[in-house]
Amino acid sequence: MTLDPRWHEAWARLPDYLGNHVRVSLTALAIGLAISLPLALAARRRPVLRNTLLALASIVQTIPGLALLALFYPLLLALAQLSLQWFGFEFSAFGFLPAVLALALYSVLPVLRNTVTGLQGIDPAILEAADGVGMTPGQKLRMVELPLALPVIMAGIRTAAVWVIGTATLSTPIGQTSLGNYIFAGLQTQNWVFVLFGCAAAALLAIAVDQLLALIENGLARQRRWRVGLGIAGLAALVAATLIPSMARGKASIIVGAKTFTEQYVLASLMAQRLDAAGLSASTREGLGSNVIFEALASDDIDVYVDYSGTLWLNQLKQTTTPPREQLLTELGKILADKYGVTLAGTLGFENAYALVMPRKRASALGIHSIADLAAHSGQMSIAGDYEFFSRPEWTSLKEAYGLHFREQRQMQPDFMYAAVASGNVDVIAGYTSDGLIAKYDLAVLDDPRHAIPPYDAVILLSPRRANDNRVKAALAPLKDAIGIATMRAANLRASGNDAASSPQAVARWLWSQIEPP
Amino acid sequence: MLTIVHMSTPAIAFDHVTKDFGDGRIRAVDDVSLRIAEGEFLAIVGASGSGKTTLLRMSNRLLDPDAGTIAIHGENTQTADPIALRRSIGYVFQSAALFPHMSVAQNIGITPRLLNHPAANIAERVDELMDMVQLDRAQYRDRMPGDLSGGQRQRVGLARALAANPKIVLMDEPFGALDPLTRDALGTDYKSLHKKLGLTTVMITHDMAEALLLADRVAVMHSGKIVARGNAAELERSGDSYVRDLLRTPRRHAEQLRCLLSGTKP
Repeated sequence: MTLDPRWHEAWARLPDYLGNHVRVSLTALAIGLAISLPLALAARRRPVLRNTLLALASIVQTIPGLALLALFYPLLLALAQLSLQWFGFEFSAFGFLPAVLALALYSVLPVLRNTVTGLQGIDPAILEAADGVGMTPGQKLRMVELPLALPVIMAGIRTAAVWVIGTATLSTPIGQTSLGNYIFAGLQTQNWVFVLFGCAAAALLAIAVDQLLALIENGLARQRRWRVGLGIAGLAALVAATLIPSMARGKASIIVGAKTFTEQYVLASLMAQRLDAAGLSASTREGLGSNVIFEALASDDIDVYVDYSGTLWLNQLKQTTTPPREQLLTELGKILADKYGVTLAGTLGFENAYALVMPRKRASALGIHSIADLAAHSGQMSIAGDYEFFSRPEWTSLKEAYGLHFREQRQMQPDFMYAAVASGNVDVIAGYTSDGLIAKYDLAVLDDPRHAIPPYDAVILLSPRRANDNRVKAALAPLKDAIGIATMRAANLRASGNDAASSPQAVARWLWSQIEPP
Repeated sequence: MLTIVHMSTPAIAFDHVTKDFGDGRIRAVDDVSLRIAEGEFLAIVGASGSGKTTLLRMSNRLLDPDAGTIAIHGENTQTADPIALRRSIGYVFQSAALFPHMSVAQNIGITPRLLNHPAANIAERVDELMDMVQLDRAQYRDRMPGDLSGGQRQRVGLARALAANPKIVLMDEPFGALDPLTRDALGTDYKSLHKKLGLTTVMITHDMAEALLLADRVAVMHSGKIVARGNAAELERSGDSYVRDLLRTPRRHAEQLRCLLSGTKP
């Protein structure tokens, strides 16, 4: 029996993902400790400050990890722009920095709470004895209070470490490579090997760090210096081991971004393969949030990615009127260049639009061919969409144009929507026109006679610093208008399988074989 | 027998000392003046809440008085560095209050360590003190306080108080939590150390019999004031009803015991 090649691929990515994960988690933990330990010491004799700090930290803890990470990105982006204005100095608000800061904030509560609790739990008679034998406040803290509170403080630090390592998997969408890349990519491309691998690696890392911290705690409590040294050396070795491969690898010159769905993984792989073939070293940064990816491109944190004209037009440029397809593309290119310095390097030849989709048999039984036909039935029907659809302008415009009123609307993981509508769990879904599952489940895409949904041509975008890079442009030129909707659907269908041939890289190679110029 | 009054500078002198708690709602120590001569063993007797522990804590500035002055060997404590003052005075705490994360040797050597004495000297001093308080070095040096009996813990507490060669030792109900035999042995042992080392000792206790048996002089505190002071005979002549009550109890016990032991009815 041969091992599934996806295990080899997962292994090959481990140094990069694990290294980044370790660096971002341990940096966040160190910063978190540097914030929370002094705060706890300052607050231990000040009840008002203590309660305020604990309340604030608890509030931070209630913010879901993903949301906290996502919030830090725009915050830092604004700060970076202010800093550029005031000090002429700009920093990258993408990836490492927002991830570290959000995770550090996340680690504050357990350390703060346990340090305060640990220090307060010391027998007052012991503290009086410390004064009585002639300790200064500093000596009392160092020789009596901290050693006695140590088990409780270390329990807090260990809790924080496990939380941070777990939550760091969520830093993938804001551009920080982590073990979350396995999980996000695996979920999107139905690669359960990756999901399993990512979860197991994160869990093992958490256990390893927890045990090293336990060793330090044990050494401190029993005054065994070698245990403390061994624990610290272990943590340092972990960091060092993760630094070596990324240093040896050197900086990839061109970074290809991808959003969090299958087609994006395939197209990013395709572009990276083309760039590599042209002798330009390229790497992919996958699983970026759709709110993050454009800003990352505009500020040169990534170099190239594929977006969709309608998404840019409505969500990024906040346009309210929708011109015809060709005009929209022309105006879009102009505004992107003028406002952001971003180059629209060409269309790929297919559209990935939102579309209302239902089983073909049911549609014909009810005589539904277009969304206008659907409107009369919508009161008895339920609809499902992805996590953003119902808050997007397309939904508002669809409802207004056709007077849709569904009995129920549900949000779903995109990959599960098609199965749900095919099995009758929901009546209609807001799917994507290029999705391979439309053909697989024999679903019908309903017409949009009133053009309520704008065109969604797939377009290649280049960052400001690649605007005049002719090697990049030449490497990607063969992709222009080369991928038809049928080809893309077929590629997406291949990628939705859960075997080795369905990895984004394999599908990208297949896609290239379909479009390769003779 | 008359108590010899030392005319030289007292080791400790309280002069109209007052201390309030709870923003002045509770007066713990009320205008107390008391002189403790060099080499004297004074016991302060009183019920819980009488202010005796507060008075003791003010001696080494674990607390500061609200009014009045306290002088150690003639020097006003308010102008002294409290840290240096505490290192120069031995303090034995109720139920020992040993540092639970330090070994017996580390507990005993703590004040010399704070004074930056060389490690070799500290080790030597710890051995000397363990002999002095009659703890077997080899057996107990590296034990943790949790592994000791109450009496052994208090011997360590005593050694810790004596480690930096103090002239004055303050004791806060040092034998209160011990069984009677241990208590008696430890009291007798301490009394001989007090004499041998030429210490000035202030011991707090709620047990009048213990105070009379160990101390040269007893001060009785009640509601923040010293209501009587002197040796057994002098206290006997006190007109204060509280003092008479305190003296009656041990005497009655002694009487009852004598009768019980000899088989006669009281």
